[in-house]
Amino acid sequence: MILQDVVWTLALVGIGLVALVFAAVVLQAGRPAEEAAARRFAARARRLQAGLFAVLLAGFVAGSWATLHRFPIPPQHGTVAARQVVEAIGRQWSWQITPATVESGSVVEFRVTAADVNHGFALYAPGGRIVTQTQAMPGYTNRLLHTFDEPGTYTIQCLEYCGIGHGPMKATLQVVAPASE
Amino acid sequence: MASLTLYPDEEQLTGGERVTFDLYMITAVILFVLLMLVGLTMRMTQAKWLPVPAGLFYELLSLHGMGMVGTMSLATTGVMWFFLRRYVRLHLWAFAANYLLFLLGLLCVVLSIFAGGYGALWTFLYPLPVRGMGLWTPDTAALFMLGGLLIGTGSLLFYLDAAAGIIAVHGNLGRALGLPWLLGGRIDPDHPKAVVASTLVIIANSLGILAGAVVLVMSLINVFYPQVTLDALVAKNLIYWFGHMYINATIYMGVIAVYELLPRYTGKPYPISRPFLWSWAASTLFVIVVFPHHLLMDFAQPRWLSTVGQVVSWSAGFPVFLVTAYGGLVNLHRSAIRWTMPSRLLVLSLFGWAAGIVPAILDGTIRNNLVMHNTQWVPGHFHFYLLIGVLAMVLALLFHVIGSRGQAAPDSRADRLGFPVYLVGGLAFALAFLGGGRASVPRRMAEHLEEWTFTDKIGSIAALLVVLAMVSFAIRITVGLWRASPSRDAGAGTTDAAG
Ligand SMILES: [Cu+2]
Repeated sequence: MILQDVVWTLALVGIGLVALVFAAVVLQAGRPAEEAAARRFAARARRLQAGLFAVLLAGFVAGSWATLHRFPIPPQHGTVAARQVVEAIGRQWSWQITPATVESGSVVEFRVTAADVNHGFALYAPGGRIVTQTQAMPGYTNRLLHTFDEPGTYTIQCLEYCGIGHGPMKATLQVVAPASE
Repeated sequence: MASLTLYPDEEQLTGGERVTFDLYMITAVILFVLLMLVGLTMRMTQAKWLPVPAGLFYELLSLHGMGMVGTMSLATTGVMWFFLRRYVRLHLWAFAANYLLFLLGLLCVVLSIFAGGYGALWTFLYPLPVRGMGLWTPDTAALFMLGGLLIGTGSLLFYLDAAAGIIAVHGNLGRALGLPWLLGGRIDPDHPKAVVASTLVIIANSLGILAGAVVLVMSLINVFYPQVTLDALVAKNLIYWFGHMYINATIYMGVIAVYELLPRYTGKPYPISRPFLWSWAASTLFVIVVFPHHLLMDFAQPRWLSTVGQVVSWSAGFPVFLVTAYGGLVNLHRSAIRWTMPSRLLVLSLFGWAAGIVPAILDGTIRNNLVMHNTQWVPGHFHFYLLIGVLAMVLALLFHVIGSRGQAAPDSRADRLGFPVYLVGGLAFALAFLGGGRASVPRRMAEHLEEWTFTDKIGSIAALLVVLAMVSFAIRITVGLWRASPSRDAGAGTTDAAG
């Protein structure tokens, strides 16, 4: 499953769970409890709150570790062993991509910057989904690493609003199968 | 502990207070309707149902963004003022000055957009405002920024007055937040939640507005002296520090309505507790340091800042789930609640906030941000908790107030119809954005590809439902505030909560 679908599913499950809890409580509302039952419930609610805290905390620790232990953003300084390097410069309103052809199967280092204002460098797969992205900011070069699994025509689309020509600001990147195999 | 009287006498507005509050709220609901129509226009443009040219689209986007953030702040400032004035002395002139500065700022914004063609969005990301490529001039950008500065100054003025009022009663802001009770001691059961929440807003948003003022003034200097250049990354940090805090503050101001009103409608006390104080103390810190999650795709940002962005985005969910939504549900459970517009909207608002946190946390994760950043996922999550959460908090107070003036909780047939339309429309609207994010549809784009228009069409239809419901709410509220005769206010306090 691609990441977007995972995130979507998690969101629906999370929103759905919250909705279920609300629905359950709303159905109980308007039917007031006896005083003794209300006191028992108050005590149970406090224990439940502690339990909820523990669950959230465990999820927080596990989730943070799982998503951060291999840091998702490549190191920005020093050398990386990328055989392929692509320079990407955004300007109002076009991309300068050199070279515009890369090989699949080995890591590509994109050096992304902007000549005038902020732009967004997003790589769309042939099927239309974003595979990765970074910002293109004047005065800075962001180093993005990506390995293409599949050859094809990828689209580079500006994702940071940069003026009236922002929407059509795209370029193509050809990903070809490695020559020497 | 907040009283369970539905319409306490000391909450009645007199003379100038009433005029100012009514002006705030009537202005806000009218602006909400107008700006929603702007939003609907943009969604229909993306769905290819309206042929709005790109230049106008980005002008509308600038208006919608700046206008909604400002209006949401205006309306929730009204909520904070309405309740806080019961506990500390607030000066009406500060409240009124905020209104006037907001109007003045809005005028600058509207002029810069419709007379000057400004289209660099509310984010005025350096150096785009001075690089309109012929569509707008740097002077126009300066006018827009001046508008932002005026709106921020109004808020700051109100916060300073509120801070003075709180300090006069509680000694200092730390005690107002309840910090001395975090580790022990008997919590004063009468310590108002409204004071705790207001204190967070005053501390955090004053810092945010100062950051905003710094970057606005820096940008203005750059407009007039282009040889003075800024660092784009520093400018972006300041802009998002300010912008994130400013819109977040609207939630913390709006939720005061839930704390104050929910127990009155459930007829069940909602006592202040140590977890509550911990949660607000933590939130005060979180809301100040959470903004780096807007810059997760700026790889040049130091790694520790991005990490803070993710970790704090996640932990910021704790107080919401554990204390506010959970506390509200506990208060609601097996209560004697009567479902009227205010009570329905209060529960809806808690749901909108809690559920809206879920897609926010997912996007605040660096790994997910790599494919979700600047897609429609982002407007999806913030429309979720602003539309279904914060706006519902504001509407709850307004229906409560018109109820208090008419001495009966308003629950007309139009409301009973409007509420589900608002709920269904709002949910579908937010989900259409989230679905667009899943399909990698960019945000902030006038021209959409054919394959992106499916979610745009659903979003447009849903937006139409929201607008219809909001129009009916706005009419009810405006007429209700306008017509209720002051004489009927007297003695309303005797009405019983469960009655
Ligand atoms: Cu762009």
